[in-house]
Amino acid sequence: MAEILIFPVGGVDDSITEFLALSLPETLKLPCKVSDSTISLEGAYDIVREQYYSTKLLERLLLHRAGADTKLLGVASVDLFIPPLSFVFGEAQFNNPAAIISIHRLHQRFYGLPEDASLLYHRCEKEAIHELGHCFGLIHCRDFRCVMYLSYSVEDIDLKSNGFCEKCHAVLRKKL
Amino acid sequence: MNNENVRILVVDDEPIVLKSLSEWFRDDGYAVGSASTGKEALAKLTEEDWDIFLLDVKMPGMSGLELQKKIKEVNPDAVIIIMTAFASVESAVEALKQGAYDYLTKPFDPEHVGHLIRNAVERKNLAAENVRLKKSLDESILAHDIIGGSGGMREVVEAVETVSKTDTSVLIRGESGTGKELVAKAIHANSRRRYMPMIILNCGALPEGILESELFGHEKGAFTGAQYRRKGKFEMADGGSLFLDEIGDISQKTQVNLLRVLEEKKIRRIGGEREIAVDFRLIAATNKNLEGSVESGLFRSDLYYRLNVFTIRIPPLRERRDDIPSLAEHFLRKYSQTTNKHIESIAPEALERMMNYPWPGNVRELENAIERAVVVCKSNAIQVGHLPMSTVETPRVSAEKTLDAVEREHIRSTLAETDWNISQAARFLNIDRVTLYRKIKKYNIKNP
Repeated sequence: MAEILIFPVGGVDDSITEFLALSLPETLKLPCKVSDSTISLEGAYDIVREQYYSTKLLERLLLHRAGADTKLLGVASVDLFIPPLSFVFGEAQFNNPAAIISIHRLHQRFYGLPEDASLLYHRCEKEAIHELGHCFGLIHCRDFRCVMYLSYSVEDIDLKSNGFCEKCHAVLRKKL
Repeated sequence: MNNENVRILVVDDEPIVLKSLSEWFRDDGYAVGSASTGKEALAKLTEEDWDIFLLDVKMPGMSGLELQKKIKEVNPDAVIIIMTAFASVESAVEALKQGAYDYLTKPFDPEHVGHLIRNAVERKNLAAENVRLKKSLDESILAHDIIGGSGGMREVVEAVETVSKTDTSVLIRGESGTGKELVAKAIHANSRRRYMPMIILNCGALPEGILESELFGHEKGAFTGAQYRRKGKFEMADGGSLFLDEIGDISQKTQVNLLRVLEEKKIRRIGGEREIAVDFRLIAATNKNLEGSVESGLFRSDLYYRLNVFTIRIPPLRERRDDIPSLAEHFLRKYSQTTNKHIESIAPEALERMMNYPWPGNVRELENAIERAVVVCKSNAIQVGHLPMSTVETPRVSAEKTLDAVEREHIRSTLAETDWNISQAARFLNIDRVTLYRKIKKYNIKNP
């Protein structure tokens, strides 16, 4: 049966993964639950960059693949990177089961601002839907309101909605 | 251009970089290819077209800079972005000197690389659009709007083609409404200056002071009301063509100033100190007898000779009646389209009426007549009753008779009818008494 399994990557605040498990089915129309397993961060740390190599964590996440229709979402509290880029909010396998997001740069405190839990949850939800969208074969959207819009900053994330535009929604419907 | 139509080739010897970047660009909808050596990249270059290249500077074998040179040899318009580590910024500078679009230092900021690619795509799109527009401009020039197969018009077209290839000043002569501006536009559109501006100014419509300001521009505070610095038409036409209509109406002072500009190719804005070099081709037009004005001292002979290097005379419509059907057809199509009406033809009687009418207002009058006819026409063909001149009985004028001859005859008969009562005759002719007096003098009409 098609479903979404959420995996904490390293130590992550339970309330965030639980919120995602509740909110993602509304948009993606798939059951979602938090796995009992945790993905280890071991070996993914780059001592020079002081960040974690996201692709390595994705590979580790794939080892937990349960069924053909299961999508795996890793949620990390650490800062992620892929080699040529200075950071990523998340990474996904295009048309494949695994995706990962980092909440590190989604906190207001990262930008020297007072923490805002509600804002953090909304950002996490949008980034999770965005990366899972790639798993369903969606590419970036030009509509800044669509969740598939490529966000370079938290401002971009805040500006977009947690839903798909009509065009992306049509593509998604065919995949679900 | 949609992202999926943009092809990016990433060349880097690090497999991780290749994989990550390829996936990142693919998520953004681009078509991505990868190569781990310069040799492999060149092989891909011959197999497929690529829009953007991302090249790592340091690669074993062929370096990014060497590869850039080779890509530019094959595809000079290629957008190349160099990727480098902090330690080799000098290489990036060298790459920019050799024509790279930009460079990225690893690791890249996602926002930076995203904007860089979008800007590069936009640049490519603009370049392609520019080529398309120039092509359509060239096509429209080939089919420019000079209509008419009569001998007189063929000579005009030949003259336009001859003079367009040069930078010579051109003087266009012709009665009002014959299409002097159209000929000027055709000269500009066929010249090497065609991608630069063509500036048009009707000198007859402006008082002397305003004309000077329009031509030369002015500095802020040069005169009352000059609140801002403003470029004049000479400056605006730099690189292109300047069309001065009704040149015969400019004052003696403006004539002197214009002559100086034509000789020195430099101007000084009103109230300005600095001389500004200008490069334009002058196309002037007049419906006046400039030779007569030179003789009577109203027009400077030196300016006259400067302007009269190459003259194109446009015949009045009454001297090229054979062109009336094709012109009428052209205007019918034009106004049927703009008014969204389906008028397919002109009835033979209506065409006959047009052929017999003297058209003192020339092609402009014919165009206005057709426009009016299209507006009032309710059927699919223009009838005599739709033509504005249908209400006036127009005697057939022989092709040999000039407008001047017709005008002279009409004035003479009106004066005879009124027993040379100037005021009454002027009222009948709907002109001012002074104008009537000038015309009597011009046509040498004597009281019998």
